[in-house]
Amino acid sequence: MPLLEISGLTQRFGGLQALTDFSFRLEEHELVGLIGPNGAGKTTVFNIVSGFYRPTAGRIVFGGRPVNGLKPHRITALGLARTFQNIRLWNDLTVLDNIRLARYAWLGYGFWSAVLRTKRYRRAEKGIEAKAREVLEMMKLTDCAGELPRNLPYGLQRRVELARALAGQPRLLLLDEPAAGLNSADVEDLIRHIRWIYDEFKLSIWMIEHQMKVVMTLCQRLTVIDFGCVIASGTPEEIRNDPGVIKAYLGDETL
Amino acid sequence: MRRYAINILLCAAALALVGLAQADMLDKYVLTVITFMGINCIFAVSLNLVNGYMGEFSCGHGGFMCVGAYVGSLLSVAFFTDSKLFGAPLFAPELAPFLFPLVLLGASLAAALAGLLVALPSFHTRDDYLAIITIAANYIIISIVENIDAIGGPRGFSGMKKAVNAMSDFADCPWMLIWTLIGVAVCVMTVYRLMTSTYGKGVSAVCQNEVAAEIMGVDTNRVKIMAFMVSSGLGGLAGALYAHVYGYVNAQSFNLLKSTEGLVMVYLGGMGSISGVLMAAVAFTLLVEALRFVIPWLNDGLHALSLLPAGYELSQIWKWVIIPLTLILLMQFRPEGFLGNRELTQVFPRLKRWITLK
Amino acid sequence: MEFFLQQCVNALQWGSFYALIALGYTLVYGVLRLINFAHGDVFMVGAYLAFFVSTGLLAPEGLFGFSRELTLALTIPLTMILTSLVGVTLERIAYRPLMRKGAHRLYVVITALMCGLILENGNLALLGASRRTLPVLLDKNVYHIGGIAVTNLKLMVILAAVLVFLALHFIVTRTRMGMAMRAVSWDRFALPLMGIPLDRVVVFTFVLGSAVAGLGGMLFAMSYPVLEPYMGAMTGWKAFIAAVVGGIGEIRGAFVGGFLLAFVEVMVAAFLPSTFRDLFAFSVLLFILWQRPTGIFGKPLTAKI
Repeated sequence: MPLLEISGLTQRFGGLQALTDFSFRLEEHELVGLIGPNGAGKTTVFNIVSGFYRPTAGRIVFGGRPVNGLKPHRITALGLARTFQNIRLWNDLTVLDNIRLARYAWLGYGFWSAVLRTKRYRRAEKGIEAKAREVLEMMKLTDCAGELPRNLPYGLQRRVELARALAGQPRLLLLDEPAAGLNSADVEDLIRHIRWIYDEFKLSIWMIEHQMKVVMTLCQRLTVIDFGCVIASGTPEEIRNDPGVIKAYLGDETL
Repeated sequence: MRRYAINILLCAAALALVGLAQADMLDKYVLTVITFMGINCIFAVSLNLVNGYMGEFSCGHGGFMCVGAYVGSLLSVAFFTDSKLFGAPLFAPELAPFLFPLVLLGASLAAALAGLLVALPSFHTRDDYLAIITIAANYIIISIVENIDAIGGPRGFSGMKKAVNAMSDFADCPWMLIWTLIGVAVCVMTVYRLMTSTYGKGVSAVCQNEVAAEIMGVDTNRVKIMAFMVSSGLGGLAGALYAHVYGYVNAQSFNLLKSTEGLVMVYLGGMGSISGVLMAAVAFTLLVEALRFVIPWLNDGLHALSLLPAGYELSQIWKWVIIPLTLILLMQFRPEGFLGNRELTQVFPRLKRWITLK
Repeated sequence: MEFFLQQCVNALQWGSFYALIALGYTLVYGVLRLINFAHGDVFMVGAYLAFFVSTGLLAPEGLFGFSRELTLALTIPLTMILTSLVGVTLERIAYRPLMRKGAHRLYVVITALMCGLILENGNLALLGASRRTLPVLLDKNVYHIGGIAVTNLKLMVILAAVLVFLALHFIVTRTRMGMAMRAVSWDRFALPLMGIPLDRVVVFTFVLGSAVAGLGGMLFAMSYPVLEPYMGAMTGWKAFIAAVVGGIGEIRGAFVGGFLLAFVEVMVAAFLPSTFRDLFAFSVLLFILWQRPTGIFGKPLTAKI
């Protein structure tokens, strides 16, 4: 059974057809990429899968459950996590709190437990704290646990966002342009890092990325979309030589 | 032991206050001012949950205080007194001191339900538009109360004094001071414990980046409902205490001016800082009371210096010019208030050695 | 039926007042994204200024001893100019320094709320509680059209509102200044780069809004001559509701919202106890904001990820 199965996904915003009949399958423990020119609808796919948009038509099955129409936090609870193109951390909470909040869907206590400081509350918070520390340790972020994210350099902020996504122990991680704004040395690091996460956490990764180097070295499979339609899919090698893809990226006249 | 120094000190201060009042060593006026200080603390700390931690701009908190005041009054009149409205008391008046928390709880729950009036629209609406909704809610609540003739309509409602007297008959204590102090403790503990738990930090997450919160598994709608209901519920607690201290309630005492007082206290203290807001509530109460004396002095002084035309007297209305002016100046020169979004223990880390917060 | 039509005329009159104030809210919001909560009190100041100007000019007590017609003709522009000065002063001393510092928008809104309180209570403290009455500037003529009574004053109020609406619509859509105003609302930071003087645009906006409020205040005082310091508070809130219902930032919205609100209010007051009027007005607001958060003409907001 595939981990994620999307069929016939269509999204219209007013008169704009952002996505047309998009279908896709992703198996357990796979690392695949979604590429395409700017404005092709890549982030729209992620937004629909993570529940932020309600698709006009189509069906999404995640972990054997249909998830279209579910609110984002419900989908997160099923084991999906994502990062954003532009970093979205909670800037006035410490890094540790940012990670802790990623466990929100599995809190296990409610308002009265929090206010009365019940045993259940103390047990749950202990677990959350331990888990958060563990993730920070693995991501080599322990030193900045008490810092506010906005005081961290850009590269670290990216890493905190990644750590936050991993703290929810997702089965599928969506990465929206993880290399955006990084220089070439950082990109090398990032490639190693994603590879390590993929092996260490035994999860599936689906990433949007513009830097060909990243997707070509990391991904086992690629899907290319342009103007909301899938124009090619296959191994990096196949994609590299696909005339349709070259046309979409470079335009007609170069052929 | 040292780690509990401030906790013990605060408890001792509260006990000393009750003791002084018990021994009639406190002026009745001073006692009232202190009680109102406590009520203002509850009012401001509860408003801070929405305006500070959640970053929404609620300017209708007075409305929830109104719900609490009326429901609390009605409950205690029904429970403990013989009234035209409800007939014979439901419980023996001797039970008043034990059942009074039930009155406060009922008032808080009713106010929390009224909070839904704002919480439900907040799913789709934020910022300015939500601010407007809170104002509308304030007016709607007042208008509803004024249109119910059975509880006095625009004339107001009274009769709670008898319930307070029933408590005094049972034992001669400064009951309202005691309840207010307990109320402050409950309110501060609730908000503090909530906001230091991961559950409550969902409120901050929604404030700082709602999209990220929703994506990371925070049920934002539930968080909003929770924050608004807790905030309005505690506001209702302040209202119920207010009604019993005064012995009379009128819907118009909870209009936008009351809500504005709350705003002044929150922004004076610093959004999202419990200790800052507590300080501000105390300072604000003192300022308002001080102006009661300062304005006549100023009037006499200016007349003595013939700086004011004869026949013109400075009236107490100037209070409502001076208070807004203070807030405007504050916004200009120290917009973060006393403490910003930090707590006293963060500004003075050494305090942590003396206090235990759980 | 006649009763209904008569109520419609009343609704048109009230709607005109609401529209005149709502236009000011909407103009400022459209340009600065600021709810100028002091605007209702600027309307009140307008009414008081009209009182001082007209008693100052009018015979027999006035300094100049002008005739009624001349006084009316002079009071309208003078009131508008003086009121716009008040509005600009508020912008200058209270809002602009805050905006310059890049303070959070809410701080400016609170400052506006406080400025409103200062205007109300300052007026009460300075002038005392004695109520003032605007002198009669216009002889009352009642026209009967098929059983409906319409006074010349009512006609004047409605006409004024329509004219002001048309004028503002023209200014915003057809003039260079109007174009600059719309540009500010799109992107305040790009504006100086394009060579548009931001401050001048903002001041112009406040002048327009306050002048219109001043006119509204004067017409209100002519229709309901007894003045009191809190008269602007409730009317201002209602006008604000009107602006929001129509879609704040939209000139058409303020106009339509004003008449819509007045219609609801007058009809509620006609068929239910008048104490229900405010309840309905605010419930309508709550409902509309809940169901259509950006008002009738407002564009729906979309979150960008």
